Amino acid sequence: MNTHTLPRPKAPHSKTPLAKAQPPRTPFSAARLTKTLLPETAPRAAFGQIVRNEARLAWRLPAGLIFGIGLPVLLLIIFNQIPSFHQTQASLGGLTAFDVYVPILIAMVIAIIALISLPGPLVTYRDQGILRRLSTTPVPPSWVLAAQLVVEFCITITSLLILIVVSITAFGLDAPKNPGALVLAIAASIAAMFAIGLCIAAVARTGIAARAIGAAAFYPMLFFAGMWFPRQEMSGVLQDISNLTPLGAVVEAIQDSMQGQFPPAEPLLVLAGYALVFALIAGRFFRWE
Amino acid sequence: MKTQAAVEISHLSKAYGNVAAVDDVSLSIAEGEIFGILGPNGAGKTTTVECVLGLRTPDAGSISVMGLDPVRDATELHLIVGAQLQESALPAKLKVGEILAEYRSFYTDPADVGELIDGLGLAGKVKDYYRSLSGGQRQRLSIALALIGRPKVAVLDEMTSGLDPQARRDTWDLIESLRDRGVTILLVTHFMEEAERLCDRVALIDAGHVVAIDSPVGLAARASGGKSMRFVPSAPFDDRLLTELPEVGTVTRIGSHVVVSGTGELVNTVILTLATAGVTARDVQLDTSSLEDAFVKLTGRHLHEEGIPA
Repeated sequence: MNTHTLPRPKAPHSKTPLAKAQPPRTPFSAARLTKTLLPETAPRAAFGQIVRNEARLAWRLPAGLIFGIGLPVLLLIIFNQIPSFHQTQASLGGLTAFDVYVPILIAMVIAIIALISLPGPLVTYRDQGILRRLSTTPVPPSWVLAAQLVVEFCITITSLLILIVVSITAFGLDAPKNPGALVLAIAASIAAMFAIGLCIAAVARTGIAARAIGAAAFYPMLFFAGMWFPRQEMSGVLQDISNLTPLGAVVEAIQDSMQGQFPPAEPLLVLAGYALVFALIAGRFFRWE
Repeated sequence: MKTQAAVEISHLSKAYGNVAAVDDVSLSIAEGEIFGILGPNGAGKTTTVECVLGLRTPDAGSISVMGLDPVRDATELHLIVGAQLQESALPAKLKVGEILAEYRSFYTDPADVGELIDGLGLAGKVKDYYRSLSGGQRQRLSIALALIGRPKVAVLDEMTSGLDPQARRDTWDLIESLRDRGVTILLVTHFMEEAERLCDRVALIDAGHVVAIDSPVGLAARASGGKSMRFVPSAPFDDRLLTELPEVGTVTRIGSHVVVSGTGELVNTVILTLATAGVTARDVQLDTSSLEDAFVKLTGRHLHEEGIPA
């Protein structure tokens, strides 16, 4: 950027793509999205500082890392040690139990982080007046929410990458047959579950209440994800319910895309619906103080 | 001094449900002034400053802070106004230095952190977790965050509650140095000593109303319509000797002391009257009135009557 220190004459050829004065041409440019999410009331560098401090807090209060990364990876290692988990089973549609449990662990990671790690700090910040204090500075409290989303998103991606890469390279899982669909399925899953997490942050008054609501939502969802017995072995009615629950749809979407089906339309639509509805509810009820 | 008001509140009203927290409050704070809002808990002090900061929308009336409307121009307002609010914590597991760096990054022309924390006695605490700070240190960090953006107007709500006397005096010195730099300060307090020491003018607020606005000395003088004196008489005398005087209100005996309250030329009249009866008044003391007396006189109540005494 600093190579052109002298102002150039107004030659028609010297039009740089980063010309600041020009309004964005496309209505969906990244710059414009950033501007909408982070209105320019304070130096943009402030957002980096907030993210850095939120990341430090995630590191120093490591329960989120232990349950969001450590526990699922430990379960993956345990499942890999069970010999029968690597035998194909007719009841699982010709898949191995290991094939079936990797998507369930992915769902578990997203659920733990979205339902428990994400709402806790936001509710505590509101409860302790931290968001209120921010309301008196040029930085709107929504920046902390955005920073929290960034940090928890990064923890989720880290955990999922470890799970998937270790499963494929060390534990003999077949590489996803449709990586594009897998990325889409994971993105939709994170969007839906984070929206539900923000909804918990919107309605819970205290950090303890947020954790209680998160846990109360987590276990039934995990049941329908197939944690205790896989979806393939559920009765028709249970499977129908599972398809409509958020984590059931997460597992279905990820399982389908790992097996190469594209697009896994039904679960993606279910997830998009959850993302939209819960984001709207969260937006409607979220209080900054 | 310029006559333009830094903060202009006119006919501000704000109710929560049916309870009027602030009812028709008007104040004008000049640029560079330290203005105190004094009153008991629940008087409407905090609601008033929350409206000034744009945290609450007034039901009626208008507010202008350096020409800005706190609700409509919130973004510009928060660049030039720093605030320290009551009951506002920070993340337990962040270090003081990390918190200061974060809040410093919010402003384009922030204060020098070193100078600020020296003035607040936090220099040795930069590497400490917020969790490990004492109540007084947390309070001082809170003040530092209010001042870190070099505000033109600083709003400090109960800034010295929880501070020990030395820390309180140090904080007062810092506030006075801010005034010397032309910062306008709105101070909410119920410490009389603080208001008397720092404030150019004080508004007494009670039950959502402004009872009086004046300098601390001026307010105390208003209260001195009622004077009192105490002395030890050299010989017994009948109370009626004094109560018959038009200047005397009450006569009370506390042990060997006699306390006389009244108005006008109370002291001279009492001493002369006693002398003609052959009694000398020894150890004469005059009770000079203070802001506290002014408050009691103007509202009929004590400052600490409600809520938890600070």
